[in-house]
Formats: sequence, C-alpha cells, structure tokens
Amino acid sequence: MSLTLIFGLYVFFLAAFTGYQVISKVPHLLHTPLMAFTNAISGISLVGSLLAAGGHYGTLSTVLGAVAVLAATINVVGGFLITDRMLRMFKKKGGTR
Amino acid sequence: MTLSTTETFVQLLYLAASILFILGLRDLGDAQTARRGVLLAEVGMVAAVAGTLLYGVAVTGVIVRWEWILVALLIGSAIGTGMGLWIPMTKMPERIALSHAFGGLAVGLVGVVEYLEHGGPKMSTLQVTATGLEVALGALTFTGSLMAFGKLQGFITGRPVTYPGQNASNGLLIAGTLGLIGLLVYQPGAAWAFYAVAALGVLLGVLLVLPIGGADMPVVICLLNSYAGLAAAATGFALGNNVLIICGALDGFSGFILGMMMSKAMNRSFTNVLFGAFGAEPEGKAVAAGAAPTGPAPNVGSVEEAAEVLRAARSVIVVPGYGMAVSQAQHAVRDLANALQSQGCDVRYAIHPVAGRMPGHMNVLLAEANVPYDQLFDLEVINDDFGATDVALVVGANDVVNPAARSNPSSPIYGMPILAADSAKTCLVLKRSLNPGFAGIENELFVRSNTMMVLGDAKKTISQFTAALKE
Repeated sequence: MSLTLIFGLYVFFLAAFTGYQVISKVPHLLHTPLMAFTNAISGISLVGSLLAAGGHYGTLSTVLGAVAVLAATINVVGGFLITDRMLRMFKKKGGTR
Repeated sequence: MTLSTTETFVQLLYLAASILFILGLRDLGDAQTARRGVLLAEVGMVAAVAGTLLYGVAVTGVIVRWEWILVALLIGSAIGTGMGLWIPMTKMPERIALSHAFGGLAVGLVGVVEYLEHGGPKMSTLQVTATGLEVALGALTFTGSLMAFGKLQGFITGRPVTYPGQNASNGLLIAGTLGLIGLLVYQPGAAWAFYAVAALGVLLGVLLVLPIGGADMPVVICLLNSYAGLAAAATGFALGNNVLIICGALDGFSGFILGMMMSKAMNRSFTNVLFGAFGAEPEGKAVAAGAAPTGPAPNVGSVEEAAEVLRAARSVIVVPGYGMAVSQAQHAVRDLANALQSQGCDVRYAIHPVAGRMPGHMNVLLAEANVPYDQLFDLEVINDDFGATDVALVVGANDVVNPAARSNPSSPIYGMPILAADSAKTCLVLKRSLNPGFAGIENELFVRSNTMMVLGDAKKTISQFTAALKE
C-alpha cells in the first residue's frame, strides 16, 4: 500500500464521520433541500473535468472532458439555485406571504 | 516535499473549500440558517474551481486551451440556471434523479479520460483501482438515475419489472465487474478490461433499478445519491485530490444516511436495500389479489357530505401523499386550511417519511404553498394525536395510512410504521378512483366504518370543500 492511499483513506473516513454527524442533524423538513445541496457540491468533480477538457490531449479526451464539465456545471449552478429557491419558501408561522 | 508558493495557495484554496462545504452542511441543519449554508458552499465551490484553474495553468501547465472549458461552463450555467429557476416543485424528484445522472456521467467521463491519457502498464495499483471503481460507479449512477427518472416521469412502467434469476444474474454481473477491476490491478494495460468495466456499469445501472417499484423510489434516489458521491470519492483517490475525496464522502454518506432513514421508515432491512432486491416479490402477488376486492364496500361520500363533516370539525390533521403532488393540490390544501382556521378549527399536517417520491417531498410542496413549517409534524410526534382529532384528511396518500401494515402479517408492507389516520373520529380519504394505489396493495382503511371516501381530482375536490365552507 502506498502512503498516498493511507492518507486518502484517513481523509475519506474522517470526512465520512464528520458528514455523518452533521447530516444526521438535518431535520426531515429539509431533506429535499439537503439532496439538492449535496447534488450541487458533487459538482466538485469539476476539479477533475476542467483539467480533462483543457488539457493537451486528443480530441476524444477533450470532448469527453467538456461533456463532463457541462454535466458538472449544470449540477453546480442548478443545484445551488434550486436549494436556495426551496429554502426561501420555508417560513415559520407569522412569516409574510 | 515542499510546495511552490502557487501550489501552496492552490492547496489552501482546496482546504478552504472543504471547510466551507462542511460548514454549509452544518447550517443546513436548521431552516433559520440554511440559506447561509448554501452561500458558504457556493463560495467554497468558486474557491475550488479557481484553485483548479490556477493549478492547471500555473502549477502543472496541463491546461493549454480554454475554448472547450469556456463553452462547457457557459452552456452548463445556462442549462443549470434554467433548471434551477423554472422546474416546478412537484417535479423535484425527477430533477434530483436527473442531476444524479449528470453527476454520474461527469465522474465516469473523467475516469475514462484519465485512463485514455494516463492509463497503461505503468498505472499504479491505487490509480487503476480507483479509476476502475470510479468508472463503474459513475456509469451505474448515470444509467440507474436515468431509469429512476424514466420511472418517475412515466416513460418506463412504475411497476417492478422482474424475471427469474434476476438477483443471481445481477450478482454475477457485480462479481464480474469487481473481478475485472481486480484483473486491472495486475494488468493495468488491459484496456479491454477497463472498457468492459464501464460497459458493465452502464448495464448494471439499468438492471438494478428495473425491479424497483415507484413507491420505493425514495430509497433508490438516496442510494443513487450515495453512489454518485462514492464515485466522486474514487476520483479523488485516482487524482490524489483531497477536496474530491471529502465531497465524495459527504455526498456518499448523506445518501447513505437518508437511504437508511427511508428504509427504516418502510420497515425494510438495510441489506435488502443495498442489494436493491426489494419491491419485487410480494407486490406481484398483491396486484393479482387486488383484482377481486372482497368484504364490505367503501363508504363513498359526496363533496357536500364531506364538507359538512369538515364544517363541524374542531381539529383536522392533513395527511398528504404522492397524489397531492400529482394533482398539484398543495395550494388548494393551504386555502382549505385557511378557511378551516378562520372558523376556529385547529389544522396540522402529518408527514410520513416516505410520503411522495423522495425524502422531504411533501415538506417542500407545502412550503411552496406557504404552509408555515411549524404546522408540519413528523410521524412519531403526531401519531398519538389522531385519536383526539375530529377529521384526518388523507390527500392522495395510500400505503402510509394502510392499517394492514399493523395488522396483516401477509401484507407486503407489514411492519411499516404508518400514520394512524384510521383512529381519527372521521377519516376523509381523497382519491382519484377506487383502484388500488401505486404499489397495488388493497387498503382496508377505505372500508372502515369511520372512513368516507371522496373520489375525483384532489385539487378540484379540495377547492369545492373550501367554497362550501365559505358559504
């Protein structure tokens, strides 16, 4: 096993544990926004796809990379917008219509 | 290993992004702070993208051309904005399924490019394993989510599609995929095996979602969310990028936790959920049995009769279900609640965790209709109050109020916690027709003596109630 893998596993499990703690506190009320939110941050795959689309690679790789950028961007932009749109609607009693 | 100044800056941007994502998720735990959480995550995303571009240009020099990046970013933002602003709330499960498909596609394609450009006999064990898993999970999420989308949209039948040996053949395909990834570890240059893994992923996505019925969609959507996250985490391992690993883990675990909650709310074991084998066997039988209803006939009332019951009520609990989403009745429900409240009636809403087609579906629809969220109650909070309530108004819900879950061990939903709508003094059930629900299970609530059914489109019926109350 390489040290890189070990470090990666540390990061993965600590993040998973943190995620578990934080996410189990999200009430049922907000589960749909939660899904839209995690959709948006899963667009972080841009970190990989931007390099693929802009790299000095062959046409096939570039096109595949660009499609990946496209799909991830739809998720990031759409995901954040939709999460916020939903959250704006949640009001307590006495909130203005 | 000392990093250059620029690379240090890039890594710090990634670190900041990771922290912002976690803080954003934490803020999402409360409706008061949730919007701030979105803002934090947005800043995090900008930081991560800026870091990546800086890395590609100034650190490694990998990025040499911009035209494809810019075009994809622009078109993606335009489509994303369109979807973000105009998709109706009732279509939220479809949009979530679709975005899981995009997520899976993006990750899968990054894996393919990775192998195309850096693959070959020299690829390290870690890289080839991670890339293999990434492509398999990405492809599976892509087609699986498209299938879920098709089922929700009605392009594909919502009923479970089963055939003999389904689980065995799916198991073999999974084993085959893992076997090929194992082979790649020893022969990283075996390109055929790599592309076979991708192809198997595509096939598995279709086959694993095929046997799952529409009513089980909440669990499936959560699982696909989880797979998309794990695929992103695998990408992080392949590229050695921590922010990807962290986001993937957060996303993966979020889906996993929600899936666990959903399966618990449906009384299904977690192994059952993980292997996607549910919703297949019992429902076929139930559909067949549903053909000839026996026993007492349901008590079908007119709109006027039901409105009289509501006029006399001092307390009402509304039980919304998928039918409310289908007939877009949430605004009508809110108007009725207003009318009831103005005559001094107490109105609350009981939300079953799996009502609708995704976690929190009903909450979002009612929020859209301006129902204050402190009137929405979870099952365990409100269930004991039904007995002291005059009217339980069931709007397009079916399985989540079926008493068979408590009393009939042979029912496919036996053991599932249900809302005790049947213990209210009167239970008004709004339903399109007397046909069994989506899951094809007979509901004995409909023939109880304290139940009155009002048939027709829920939105129309409720508007008529409101009009009658205002007379």
